[in-house]
Amino acid sequence: MARSYAADLRPTESVGEQWKEGVLRPVRGKRIVAILAAGGLTLAAAACGDAPEDTPSGSASSAATAAAYKACMVTDTGGIDDKSFNASAWAGIQAAKAEASNVDPKYVSSSSEADYEPGLRNFVSQKCDYILAVGGLMGDATKKVATESASSQFAIVDSSSSGANVYPMQFATQQAAFLAGYLAAGYSKSGKVGTYGGLKIAPVTIFMDGFADGVAYYNQKKGKTVQVLGWDKAKQNGTFADSFIDQNKGKTITQTLVSQGADVVLPVAGGTGLGTAQVAKDSSGKVSVIWVDQDGCKSAAQYCDVFLSTVVKNVEEAVKESVVKGAKGEKLSATPGYIGTLENDGVSLAPYNQFDSKVDATLKTEIDQLKKDIIAGTVKAESASAPK
Amino acid sequence: MTAEATKETREKEPVEREAFLNVFLRNLWSSNSVTITVLSIVLAVIIGAVLIVVSDSTVLEKFTYFTARPADALDASWTLISSAYSDLLKGALGDPEAFNAWFSGTGTWQDAFAPLSETLTYAAPLVFTGLSVSLAFRGGLFNIGAQGQAVLGCIAAGVAGFTFGLPIVLNLLVALIAGALGGALWGFLPGLLKARTGAHEVITTIMLNYTAGLFLAWLVIQKGIQQPGRTDAISKVVADSAQLPSFGGVLRVNLGIVLAVLVTAGVAWLLNRSAFGFELRAVGANPHAAKTAGISVAKTYTLLMAVAGGLAGLGGATQVLGTAYALTPSVAGNIGFDGLLVALLGRNRPWGTLLAALLFGVLRAGGNRMQSFTGISLELVNVLQALIVIFIAAPALVKAIFQLRAARTTAKG
Repeated sequence: MARSYAADLRPTESVGEQWKEGVLRPVRGKRIVAILAAGGLTLAAAACGDAPEDTPSGSASSAATAAAYKACMVTDTGGIDDKSFNASAWAGIQAAKAEASNVDPKYVSSSSEADYEPGLRNFVSQKCDYILAVGGLMGDATKKVATESASSQFAIVDSSSSGANVYPMQFATQQAAFLAGYLAAGYSKSGKVGTYGGLKIAPVTIFMDGFADGVAYYNQKKGKTVQVLGWDKAKQNGTFADSFIDQNKGKTITQTLVSQGADVVLPVAGGTGLGTAQVAKDSSGKVSVIWVDQDGCKSAAQYCDVFLSTVVKNVEEAVKESVVKGAKGEKLSATPGYIGTLENDGVSLAPYNQFDSKVDATLKTEIDQLKKDIIAGTVKAESASAPK
Repeated sequence: MTAEATKETREKEPVEREAFLNVFLRNLWSSNSVTITVLSIVLAVIIGAVLIVVSDSTVLEKFTYFTARPADALDASWTLISSAYSDLLKGALGDPEAFNAWFSGTGTWQDAFAPLSETLTYAAPLVFTGLSVSLAFRGGLFNIGAQGQAVLGCIAAGVAGFTFGLPIVLNLLVALIAGALGGALWGFLPGLLKARTGAHEVITTIMLNYTAGLFLAWLVIQKGIQQPGRTDAISKVVADSAQLPSFGGVLRVNLGIVLAVLVTAGVAWLLNRSAFGFELRAVGANPHAAKTAGISVAKTYTLLMAVAGGLAGLGGATQVLGTAYALTPSVAGNIGFDGLLVALLGRNRPWGTLLAALLFGVLRAGGNRMQSFTGISLELVNVLQALIVIFIAAPALVKAIFQLRAARTTAKG
C-alpha cells in the first residue's frame, strides 16, 4: 500500500526495498500539508470579504410570514427540470409568488412512484396551504392522502378531481392542436405533414388527435388531400420515440418523415423534439416545425427560425392563477375545477414569430375565424384523451 | 475474529482481565468487515455533510466573509447539517415529537410509527432483489438482471392479482407465486443460455432488463389490462384479496417485510445447509474443480439463475401487491439496480443483505423527510448510498484513512 503511494508521488524515483515506511511517511505528510496549506490560502483569500451589518429581523418580515401561504408541490418522476409540465407548474408557483408576496413556495421531487404518498404526506404534516401534485399518475396517491387529510387543500395537474378538496387542472389541448393542424395543412407545400409522440399516453396523443382533425377539417373545407404521417386518429396508432430526451431518436424519426414528403412536423416529445428542430435547421427552410407546451421561441430560442408556431398548453398560468386565488383566501372548488380551453387561453396557438411574413394573410384570418368557431362550438375538436 | 478472541480471553479470564479490553479494542480497530462497514457509513455521512453545505447558497454566502466573522459560517453550516441529518433520522426511525404527542394523547400511535413503517416499506422489495444478486454471486454469476426479473415479477403478480378473482388468502398466494415464477422465467433464460452456449450472463441479463421494461410499458396500455376510464398508462387495480395486508392509512408497511425476513432465513438455509447450496458455492469457488468433483455446472447455473430470478420476482410482487396496487411503466422503480448495491453492502450474505436493505430503507424514507423539511435534494440520498458502497468496495481506502490494523493481527500486534 505504502509503496504504491510512493510510486504515485515520486514517479521518477525507483521504488526499491529501501523505501521503508519510516522514510516515506514524512514525505507524504509534507505533501499533504503543502496541499492543505495551498488550498487553505486560496479559501482564505476568497473568504476575506467583510461581514454584513447585523440587521434586526424587523416587523416587516414577521408581518409577511404571519399570513404566509405555503404553496408546496410534489413533482412526478420527471423531476423539477423536465422542461415540461413539472417545470411549468413550478414556474407557475414562482410567478404566483411575484404577484402575491405572501406565497411561500416549496417543492419535493419524486425519484420513484413509491415516493408520491410520503411526498404529499410530508407536506400535510408541514401544514402546507396548497399542495400540488403534478401528473395523472399521481391521481391515486393524491386521492388517498386527500381523503385522509380532508382539511388540506390539494390541486392536481392533468387529472380529474378525486375529492372535494382536490382542485383539478386539465387542458383541452386538442382545440389548440386543431388550429395547428389547419395551419400546417395550409402552410405545407408538399401536401404532407408529419407528427410523432414521445410515448403513447393521453397527454401526448391528445395533441396528435387535434392535429389530425385540423388537417382533415382543412381538406374537407378546401377539397384538398393533405396527408398526416405518423398518426392515425381512427386506429389511435402512430410513430413514437419512446423517449422525451433522446434527440438522436427525434432526428431519425424526422428524417424518415421528411423523406416520405412531410414538410411541416409536430413533435410531441419534449427534448426529443429538438432533434426535429435540428433537421429543420439543416434543411435550410424546406422543413418547418410546430413546437408544443411553451412558445418555442422562448423555451428553445436557438431554433426560433424553424418554428412555424407552437401549440401552447399553459400549465404555468393555470397553476399561477390557482395559487394566487388561494393566497387571497378564495375557495378553490373541485367542480368544475379548471379546464384550459381556447376561450380562457389555457391552451392557444402561439404567435408566428419569424414566420409572420411567410404565412398567408388569408390563412391567418381563417385560423382566427376557426378559433372563434371552436370556442362557439360550431366546429368540434374532439379527442378520446380529452378531459371530461 | 472478535468472537474467537473473546472466547480465548474468557478462558483465561481470572488471570488476564485487563488483556480482554486490549484484545477487544485492538480487534475493534482492525479492518474486519463490521468496522469497515461502519466507518464507510461514517465517511459517507461526513462527505454528505460537506455536500449539504456546498449545495446551499445562503450558507455558502456566509463563507465569503469567513475570516471577518467565522462564527456565522460555522453556525449556519452546523444548523443546516444537523437539521438535515436529524430530519433523516426522524423520517426513518421516528419523530420524538410524534411520540410525545401520542403519549400525551394529542397524536395517534399511527403517526408515531409512520416513519418506521416507511423504512420497512422501502426496505422490503430491496431485501428480495438484494438476495437475488447475492445468491447468484455466491454461485459465481453476476446477476445484473434483477431489475428485469423484478419487472416481470410485477407484471405476473399484478396481472394475477386483478384477473383471477380467487377467494381471500388463496388470491394473494397465487399472485405471489405468479410473481416469483415470472421472475424465475426471466432468470432461467440467461441461466440456460449461460449453461448451454456460454453466453455471458451480464450481457444477456442487461438486454433482458430492457426487454422487460419495454414489455411492461406496452402491456399497461393494452385493452383488458389498462384501467377502464383511464387514458394514461396505468393498469387495473389489484383485487383487495390479493393485496398484502397492511395497517392502512399512514402506515403503509405490509406483510412484505415479514415475508422478506422469512425468505432471508430460507436463503440462508439454502446456501449453508442444503445440497444445492453446497453445489452452488463449489461452482462459485471453482467451476472446473466442481465439475471434476461430479457437480453438473450447467445444471447449477440454470437452477441458480432461476432461483435468483424468482427472488427478484418476489421483490417486484411485493412492490405491486404491497404499495403500488396497479401497474405503471415505472412501477418497479429502481429496486433491481438498488439490489446490486444492497448485495454488495451486505457482502453477499443473506442476513447482511437484510441489514443492508434496512439501511437503504432508512436512507430512502428519511430522505423524503429531509427533502421536504430541510429542502435538501433527494439526490443526496443517492450520493450517500453510492459513497457507502464505494468505500465498502475499496476497503483499502478506509483502512488507509483510519490507519486500521490488518484483520489478522495476533496478540502481539
